[in-house]
Amino acid sequence: MQPAIEIRGVSKAYGSVRALADIDLDIPEGEFFALLGPNGAGKTTLISILAGLARADAGSLKVMGHDVSTDYRGARRSLGVVPQELVFDPFFTVRETLQFQSGYFGLGRNNDWIDEVMARLDLTNRADFNMRALSGGMKRRVLVAQALVHKPPVIILDEPTAGVDVELRQGLWQFIRQLNGDGHTIVLTTHYLDEAEALCSRVGMLKQGKLVALDSTHNLLKGYSGAQLRLRLAHGALPEALVPLLATAPTNGEYLLGLRDYAEVETVLAEIRKSNLTVVFMELEQPDLEEVFVEIMRRD
Amino acid sequence: MNTSAPLAGFSTLFRKEITRFWKVSFQTVLAPVLTALLYLLIFSHVLEEHVQVYPGVRYTAFLVPGLAMMSLLQNSFANSSSSLIQSKITGNIIFVLLPPLSHFEFFAAYVLASVVRGVMVGFGVFAITAIFVPVPVQSPIWVLSFALLGSALLGTLGIIAGIWAEKFDQLAAFQNFIIVPLTFLSGVFYSMHSLPPFWQDVSHFNPFFYMIDGFRYGFFGVSDVSPRTSFVIVGGCLLALSFTTLSLLKRGYKLRH
Repeated sequence: MQPAIEIRGVSKAYGSVRALADIDLDIPEGEFFALLGPNGAGKTTLISILAGLARADAGSLKVMGHDVSTDYRGARRSLGVVPQELVFDPFFTVRETLQFQSGYFGLGRNNDWIDEVMARLDLTNRADFNMRALSGGMKRRVLVAQALVHKPPVIILDEPTAGVDVELRQGLWQFIRQLNGDGHTIVLTTHYLDEAEALCSRVGMLKQGKLVALDSTHNLLKGYSGAQLRLRLAHGALPEALVPLLATAPTNGEYLLGLRDYAEVETVLAEIRKSNLTVVFMELEQPDLEEVFVEIMRRD
Repeated sequence: MNTSAPLAGFSTLFRKEITRFWKVSFQTVLAPVLTALLYLLIFSHVLEEHVQVYPGVRYTAFLVPGLAMMSLLQNSFANSSSSLIQSKITGNIIFVLLPPLSHFEFFAAYVLASVVRGVMVGFGVFAITAIFVPVPVQSPIWVLSFALLGSALLGTLGIIAGIWAEKFDQLAAFQNFIIVPLTFLSGVFYSMHSLPPFWQDVSHFNPFFYMIDGFRYGFFGVSDVSPRTSFVIVGGCLLALSFTTLSLLKRGYKLRH
């Protein structure tokens, strides 16, 4: 089966600044994929090239098998993009905005779907409001609706929850999950790594224009960061044999030990028992994507 | 994914551009008509008794086609250029860059919307000034031809200015230092034959002169140069500018980085 997104050897520079360096990436149909990286890593540049807003210096990109340069109509019909910036046309109402956007994609009579998208994004009672009259969160919803008016199989969300309140964020993710469940391929960039961890089955990480990590979320969590064991002893100091495991300096009598894997918990407890010490508090902390991200960005 | 109707993208963008200027029609249509009327009232009051450009034609009547064409040209330019610069600066230009619109559709929609606004303003000026001074229409076909050619040419120039300019200041410079001088020095208020020989020669390098002269021929059947010559020159300029603009759009100049 062809991938929803196929990127081969893509490079891009702005003057002497390298934005992307020889990126290869396949995103299968139906995947919920996170594209992560610090500011300036090249995420938005890659999305812009996919969407036809920028042009690659080298390499090729396909969306649902359509080359973004030679078959740009097919590629753009297959793609819905929610931009990072909160942009809108101040001349029009929400409904007009969506009708025009639908028309640009060649869909003149699309009111049923527009009504449905507005209903699902809780925009129906704002349909005849001018865009200027909407709050930031509502404008964000309209951007999502604009990306969906032509029912694209691939949806790219470029930091869609930046500056958005909790209620909208949860509602938005619920809707995006539904879309993914309906078979849409979702590509998400975000600085909220807990969102990426909860939603995405696979993660790619960019740093200075290079793809420095690409794996399933599960494998990344497993491979890049072990568990951490937080414990407090009834009396006495940490046995000498465990000192090398200390992740940070002890604070308020609590020790934080870095473990390679869960099996090492037993080794730690055995050492404590051997020293005739008693544990009064113990907590096993799961590694999260943020730790993995920080580790990868520090290491590469 | 849905299938799409042919030309639906173009017709939507065209309709959007028409809706955009119509929503602010006080500013985009009525205001320029009022400005032209003020020009007419002031110039006719001051010069009516002192100047006769064509034999048997009152100066005020001579002025009307020039004012109508000047307003038409300036508003055609303003339509495409202001729409593009606003979209670029606010960032909503991406809404027309993300869809599968070709550079031909993009070009045609912006130019045709400019033509519609320009012709509306030009007709408005003519209609309102006709209340004060009757102007004959000897050849409607020439009037229409130069109105359409002129508005298309300035709409095209507006696209170039709109995609070139990165801030309102640059667009204002384009308008104030190129468009306004070329229209004012094109024979709106005078006949080329009333100029010294040197400035008559200079006027021949101003394409706006041919638009206004040919347009005026349609009303009075009199012009400084043959309307056919003007038609060929204006048409040639339009073709050259259209080719340039399409080439810029195809390359994504200052739109797709």
